[in-house]
Amino acid sequence: MQEEYLLTMRRIDKRFPGVLALNGVDFTLRDGEIHALMGENGAGKSTLIKVLTGVYQMDGGEIRLEGKPMVIHSPQDAQKKGISTVYQEITLCPNLTVAENIFIGRGKGVWVRQKSLEKRADEILSKLGIPARSTQLLGSCSLAVQQMVAIARAVDMNCKVLILDEPTSSLDDKEVNRLFDLMRDLKSRGVGIIFVTHFLDQVYAVSDRITVLRNGELVGEYLTEELPQIQLVSKMIGKELEELSSLSETEEKKTEEKEILYEAEGLSSTEALPFDFAIRRGEVNGFTGLLGSGRSESVRAIFGADKVTGGTVRINGKPVKISKPVDAMKHGIGYLAEDRKRDGIIAELSVRENIILALQVMNGMFKPISRSESEAFADEYIKVLNIKTASRETPVGSLSGGNQQKVILARWLLTHPDYLILDEPTRGIDVGTKLEIQKLVLKLAEEGVSVTFISSEVEEMLRTCSRLIVMRDRHVVGELTGQDLNQTQVMKTIAGGEA
Amino acid sequence: MKKTTKKFSFNGFGQLTIPLIAIALLVVFNLIRDPGFFSIGISHNSNGNAVLSGNLISIINGASELAILAMGMTLVTAACGGQDISVGAAAAIAGSVFVKVLKASSSISGVTVILAFLCACVVAMIFGSFNGTLVAVFRIQPMIATLILYTCGRSIAYWINGGATPTVTSSIVNAIGSFIPGIPVPTPVIIVVVMGILFWLLFHFTSLRLFTQSVGINGSAARLNGIDARFIKLLSFIILGVCVAVSGCIGVSRLGLINHETLLLDVEMDTILAVAIGGNNLGGGKFKLSGSVIGAYVIQMLTITLYAMKVSSTDVKAYKAIVIILLVVIGSPVIKEKFSRFLARLSDKRRKVSVKGAEE
Repeated sequence: MQEEYLLTMRRIDKRFPGVLALNGVDFTLRDGEIHALMGENGAGKSTLIKVLTGVYQMDGGEIRLEGKPMVIHSPQDAQKKGISTVYQEITLCPNLTVAENIFIGRGKGVWVRQKSLEKRADEILSKLGIPARSTQLLGSCSLAVQQMVAIARAVDMNCKVLILDEPTSSLDDKEVNRLFDLMRDLKSRGVGIIFVTHFLDQVYAVSDRITVLRNGELVGEYLTEELPQIQLVSKMIGKELEELSSLSETEEKKTEEKEILYEAEGLSSTEALPFDFAIRRGEVNGFTGLLGSGRSESVRAIFGADKVTGGTVRINGKPVKISKPVDAMKHGIGYLAEDRKRDGIIAELSVRENIILALQVMNGMFKPISRSESEAFADEYIKVLNIKTASRETPVGSLSGGNQQKVILARWLLTHPDYLILDEPTRGIDVGTKLEIQKLVLKLAEEGVSVTFISSEVEEMLRTCSRLIVMRDRHVVGELTGQDLNQTQVMKTIAGGEA
Repeated sequence: MKKTTKKFSFNGFGQLTIPLIAIALLVVFNLIRDPGFFSIGISHNSNGNAVLSGNLISIINGASELAILAMGMTLVTAACGGQDISVGAAAAIAGSVFVKVLKASSSISGVTVILAFLCACVVAMIFGSFNGTLVAVFRIQPMIATLILYTCGRSIAYWINGGATPTVTSSIVNAIGSFIPGIPVPTPVIIVVVMGILFWLLFHFTSLRLFTQSVGINGSAARLNGIDARFIKLLSFIILGVCVAVSGCIGVSRLGLINHETLLLDVEMDTILAVAIGGNNLGGGKFKLSGSVIGAYVIQMLTITLYAMKVSSTDVKAYKAIVIILLVVIGSPVIKEKFSRFLARLSDKRRKVSVKGAEE
């Protein structure tokens, strides 16, 4: 017959109201392999994973684990059968301790031996090299550490199939490598790992096989070494790569210096140390640095998202006071927050309501945007940004990550800002949408909008920014322009090798 | 036709389905039990006015205070993700202020009544902002924050009138509690309609609905979009304060006296229940005022039905509880999801059949 697979999924169908999310998708996983599951947002990766973990019930198809057909009723059921998942967004409880998060829902008895659990948790943490104590509240850890705790939890459950859904999106390089070591270790012990990510380099660094999905259908399964990166991208987005290359050719950046739009001196907040910053009209600049270097905190201070504690701010040369978000908005500043789910979308409200929200706030409570007007706005931006949604009244929470991000972009574009701050606008979204967003940033700059762009992918920033502010340990340690805008120089500055 | 089915399957089923089904079942049940149950007659009251009468009228009339409180409670629920359990006590305070001001004047004219009502309103709004401040500024859970006023409210009401239960004899106050001469519809019902229109205007001419829902669903995102979440929460409590004053004054006017111990006793739980039956998420977020109002009528109709069936007043609560368990379980997300899956399967089959038909 056929060779023995660890996991086979055959002809999986999953339907949502108005959308066929999966259409006869096949997927196979062998013992001890790392299998990358690739595709754009909305390709069906997350849906396939959720079918496999019992979050969704499939509408058709068959799942076999070690040759035996099985039905997965719930995530708990999946765990019991040896399928563990670490999701893209952290799904642990921030108000419980690290130890409790690792063991929650797994105890058999009513009585929990707190001390022994904590001891075991500490052992696991140190084995995996995770910088956290078992007794500390999960919410007090950084996003990266929270993610690693989630992985520790899955690893500790002696799973046969481990699913990592965008596990690296909030980890820095060192942490990513540590995770890869762990993945290879698990692989050698025969665990099958399904790895979902948007970072192509990581796919090639660690995976053995790649399955590509597009629009809910299977494109194909390939050996990683036999599929060049450029072909993988074209299979994912389903079109030729002229666009990709054309974008990177827009390297030459405008040299003409326009007047300064925004200028801050010694700006500080409860989260950010004092720093100086300025941006010209139509300029695209960026903050870069490792996770926790203070790049997000700095832009939050500009927008007044955290309590501003000092410094002077001038817009168009006039001193202004920005102490809360609405002040910044009134001065033409828009801010797309780093954490889309927590700080961006209003999940249960419709695409339309999410799009008009910021404009409505600026108009004030007593000038509501009429229904027909808001519908026109929504339709316009759904078209301009190519937002994939069943209708403008669909709750935004049911859209895929990239489309949610576009909705938030639309929200800010609608306010016609002079200055737009984009903090990780491309995190966790697919290649196609990433390109669209980068193009949009360049187009906005051409129209005279200033943009501050933050991304953990240096390449992306080099492509869009004409000036990079480098941060380390919450201080600005360098500013790169012109000739210095290259990967090596950025890395050097981040690492402290300048001088 | 196609459009309606699409909308139907998209929403699973609408928020108002459960409360409307509940009303329909109660109506059918009553009609079977007593075909004349809902007959509306015209009778003459003690003032010699021709007025509408009958069970239906007394249900709609009797639910007035509850319906008004439910509207305000819906807003607080949506913004704060919690409920105000002090509305009954606060209504007693508002009612006491209303009577106190009326008693202070030598003769009661229309102007004095309006003045008294405004005083009651201001006091209720002050207590509302007290609750609202605890919730919005100090971030105390609404139920705990309002527990304070729930505990001490009726004592405060007691102090206002020096411990007495003064009566008010005035044709104007009487008209507010029963009928305005020449109008056959009970005045409290008219007040409910007016309040409903005021809320509709509020939502139509401001963006309060959008802001409240945003704050309720994702406070952090709302703040980063420039919405002052604290103000929105505080405002919801102040608006509830107005509703409290209105229902307190209706309650006083019905009896012509203020009894700080019994005025709108236990109404807070019925109010919360009305919001829940109306399909609103008690954890905040999206809301429908109409749902809560229908919920209020469901509760009142249930009570009247039970009384009409000669259930003793001590047993009524137990029977009410049974019906409410049914409503809440049917409206739960688990059952809703099962039902919409069932519907989806049904429409699938229909599609397959129609495809086959087309092939032939």
